[in-house]
Amino acid sequence: MSLFAASAAVASSAAAYGYDTIRPVARLRFCGLRREALRLHSPRSTLQLVAARRSVVAAATAGNGAAASGGFDYDIVIIGAGVGGHGAALHAVEKGLKTAIIEGDIVGGTCVNRGCVPSKALLAVSGRMRELQDEHHMKSLGLQVSSPGYDRQAVADHANNLASKIRSNLTNSMKALGVDILTGIGTIVGKQKVRYGKVGFAENEITARNIIIATGSVPFVPKGIEIDGKTVFTSDHALKLESVPEWIAIVGSGYIGLEFSDVYTALGSEVTFVEALDQLMPGFDPEIAKLAQRILINPRKIDYHTGVFASKITPAKDGKPVLIELIDAKTKEHKETLEVDAALIATGRAPFTKGLGLENINVVTQRGFVPVDERMQVMDATGNVVPNLYCIGDANGKLMLAHAASAQGISVVEQISGRDNILNHLSIPAACFTHPEISMVGLTEPQAREKADKEGFEISVVKTSFKANTKALAENEGDGLAKMIYRPDTGEILGVHILGLHAADLIHEASNAIALGTHVQDIKFAVHAHPTLSEVLDELFKAAKVNTGVSHSINEPVAV
Amino acid sequence: MAGLLHLQSTLLPSASALRRRAGAPVPSSSRRRCRVEAKIREIFMPALSSTMTEGKIVSWTAAEGDRLAKGDPVVVVESDKADMDVETFHDGFLAAVLVPAGESAPVGSAIALLAESEEEIPVAQSQAASFSSSSSSPPPPQETAAEEASLPPPPPPSPAPVAVSAPARPSPATQGGGRVVASPYAKKLAKDLGVDLFSVTGSGPGGRIVAKDVEAAVAAPKKAAPVTATRPDVPLGSTVPFTTMQGAVSKNMVESLAVPTFRVGYTITTDALDLLYKKIKSKGVTMSALLAKATAMALVQHPVVNSSCRDGKSFTYSSSINIAVAVAIDGGLITPVLQDADKLDIYSLSRKWKELVNKARAKQLQPHEYNSGTFTLSNLGMFGVDRFDAILPPGTGAIMAVGASEPTVVGTKDGRIGIKNQMQVNVTADHRIIYGADLAAFLQTLAKIIEDPKDLTF
Repeated sequence: MSLFAASAAVASSAAAYGYDTIRPVARLRFCGLRREALRLHSPRSTLQLVAARRSVVAAATAGNGAAASGGFDYDIVIIGAGVGGHGAALHAVEKGLKTAIIEGDIVGGTCVNRGCVPSKALLAVSGRMRELQDEHHMKSLGLQVSSPGYDRQAVADHANNLASKIRSNLTNSMKALGVDILTGIGTIVGKQKVRYGKVGFAENEITARNIIIATGSVPFVPKGIEIDGKTVFTSDHALKLESVPEWIAIVGSGYIGLEFSDVYTALGSEVTFVEALDQLMPGFDPEIAKLAQRILINPRKIDYHTGVFASKITPAKDGKPVLIELIDAKTKEHKETLEVDAALIATGRAPFTKGLGLENINVVTQRGFVPVDERMQVMDATGNVVPNLYCIGDANGKLMLAHAASAQGISVVEQISGRDNILNHLSIPAACFTHPEISMVGLTEPQAREKADKEGFEISVVKTSFKANTKALAENEGDGLAKMIYRPDTGEILGVHILGLHAADLIHEASNAIALGTHVQDIKFAVHAHPTLSEVLDELFKAAKVNTGVSHSINEPVAV
Repeated sequence: MAGLLHLQSTLLPSASALRRRAGAPVPSSSRRRCRVEAKIREIFMPALSSTMTEGKIVSWTAAEGDRLAKGDPVVVVESDKADMDVETFHDGFLAAVLVPAGESAPVGSAIALLAESEEEIPVAQSQAASFSSSSSSPPPPQETAAEEASLPPPPPPSPAPVAVSAPARPSPATQGGGRVVASPYAKKLAKDLGVDLFSVTGSGPGGRIVAKDVEAAVAAPKKAAPVTATRPDVPLGSTVPFTTMQGAVSKNMVESLAVPTFRVGYTITTDALDLLYKKIKSKGVTMSALLAKATAMALVQHPVVNSSCRDGKSFTYSSSINIAVAVAIDGGLITPVLQDADKLDIYSLSRKWKELVNKARAKQLQPHEYNSGTFTLSNLGMFGVDRFDAILPPGTGAIMAVGASEPTVVGTKDGRIGIKNQMQVNVTADHRIIYGADLAAFLQTLAKIIEDPKDLTF
């Protein structure tokens, strides 16, 4: 608790020197480590430095005026203040690097304003609505709920308010740590030189020892589709929830489309999926996808067309509905025309890399993505690494998830601080927040089999159903499956997939294990509280059979 | 059933004992019991865990008539713990599914019959009938008027080809009798309740069919749809003039009196065709399409049977083989034509046939879709008719009347007695251009094609 006293001391001394009141609690929420940085922020503070390690940090962050090393304006300039840029910025400040972040639109980027944050707010509402409307489920628990309803504007406001709150938290956390937030579109004009400025205003040029591109992505709209923002729209518009259509077609059945189908069906719409590949939910493990279809699609007011493209979508006007022309994905012949009230385009996201000035340093984008190596270093057109230039997050296309972006950002900052770091993408979990949730880490079963065939090892799969879990049954949410793919010879965990209640929270045990290289036989004996959903993973670990002893003897020649 | 339950309790411990011996962490394969004495084996509901007493069938991985090898997955069963793929322990053919998907059965009860060879499949199916008391079959659709062009419920061994009888009442949601606009939930309800969407009027935006329209269609008494095979509404004791269609039919029939016709009959064994039909009917193929395709292929080899005599003194050989199939519709008879039936593959032909039937019901056939036939097929088999003579439509050379396929006791060449499904066809032809030998040869070819139908699927 001495920490609080110290922070309070800083706050009061800061106030005495006329700084903005730092609100310690809000800051602390973001990351425990930030407390150290906060404590030493005040330039005229006379706090004793406790740990020797701190001295390095103190020297560097002793005020905004301290110069970056090497005569540059900044040690790191980050273009894009989304989740990736923010994660990188905070870590950079912690490492004592002078940091600036350039944002051309709105701090927080997609995740906070048009992605993760508002969508989770809407999904929270839809999850509750669905539960309350499920008479059978309520009755089985002995509950009576009379006619649940919702106020669309209030739901939309919940999402909007949450986005605003997170956005201001993000901004303040960066400001408080001394990150310079520069407004404008950032362009790389040469090696270690960035120009930025608002459209129509004078531009400023700054030099940076390292540049990190973190410009993110935008919803991809295939050609032939006319967006009007009201009846034909992307996730950007959908999250504002300006209306709840009676019948909405969702083009694309990946996790974005799936989450929206959950929201819309809970709020009373009917949904039709339009999927170009032959299976729905193509990115998931096929067994999980099959079960997901049985739980998330079949019992709901959802139908689907697979193996078709939406070649032309015309928005609704003059009383006519939205017209969607479907063509066969292979033969391109016209299959049918859908007449719906609205269409959501969820066909993936395209990188936002125009205007970055990459041509000035001979970097060529591939389908818009910035080419990088495993260290997130940008590669130029000749295949060589461009020194001091990195690209993280959606803009490089490696793994288009918010936490992957900030993990990549942290990895880059580690490298810049002198510690080599290669991020293991297979240890990064992913989640889909439908009800029930789906989460995964590592390889799918077909991918694992392919790798096993290529590299010559065996794989085993263990599965367990949520029906066997006491807590899930207590909630009457026994629908679900967890599976783990592992190597029976070494105990290496190759992939874990979960579909069920709180799957998105449960996956981290597995992703931690993969990240730390923990073997199954070592975590088998770890105890899980009872009754909790985490016992589902306990079942998986305990069911795994690893024969490290046997495999050696088979391979070694036996002397006769 | 009590006896069976008692049996189960003794079966269960051994099932779990077997599982423990196998030592697998996940109970993977089925526990099959087989009655060794019969060549038709029962597939039993396995005990997938020591606590399981009944299992629900999630889905059948194999379909009736499929050939199975040992170890092939047959069915997915949901137990109290998880979903498992159940495999077969024996090679054979899945002859009959006793418990359909979505239903439950107690552990140890028979859920399907596995026949060792193809010949035993009909035997297994008749056995299946005796099991049907324990499993409930889905109720037949409420509105017979709402039936699509599909098989009327026949006894298993005799497939009855199709004639369509239905009112033509396009709802505002259909566009030109082609497609139906219905919301996803409406489609699901229609499928579950057995409602034909073509007969439902849509009340949603843009005339689309919504869920409550489907519910209303089921609840409402049958609309004024003349039901087939019962007394039609005729105003007895009065004189009713012909409609245009009836007038056209009458005119054509009178014209045909001027043509010298003769008839040749043939009995064709349809066992192989029935088997093929079973195999591919899930892909949308109908018996009409199969017969049309077989006829077209035979006509390729006998072009004179595809010709006509327009002026009384010459052969008019047609460049394409267009099979017209007689269809009874409300108030009359029409012959939609499958153009170039020899050139299309069976699946396209079936799709085209479905479209034509729908258009015929909606009274939206274009003249070239019913006038361009070069050979006509007429089928009364679904009524149980064994043989009949059809009248030759003017402008064509021959018409084939097809009767029902019935199991018949036959003497085979090697002096034995057997049962085969046999169908009588009778061709009426214009003797000015088609002579006895021509017709007989054509029928011989047709019989060969139908009795060995492997080429029909091209």
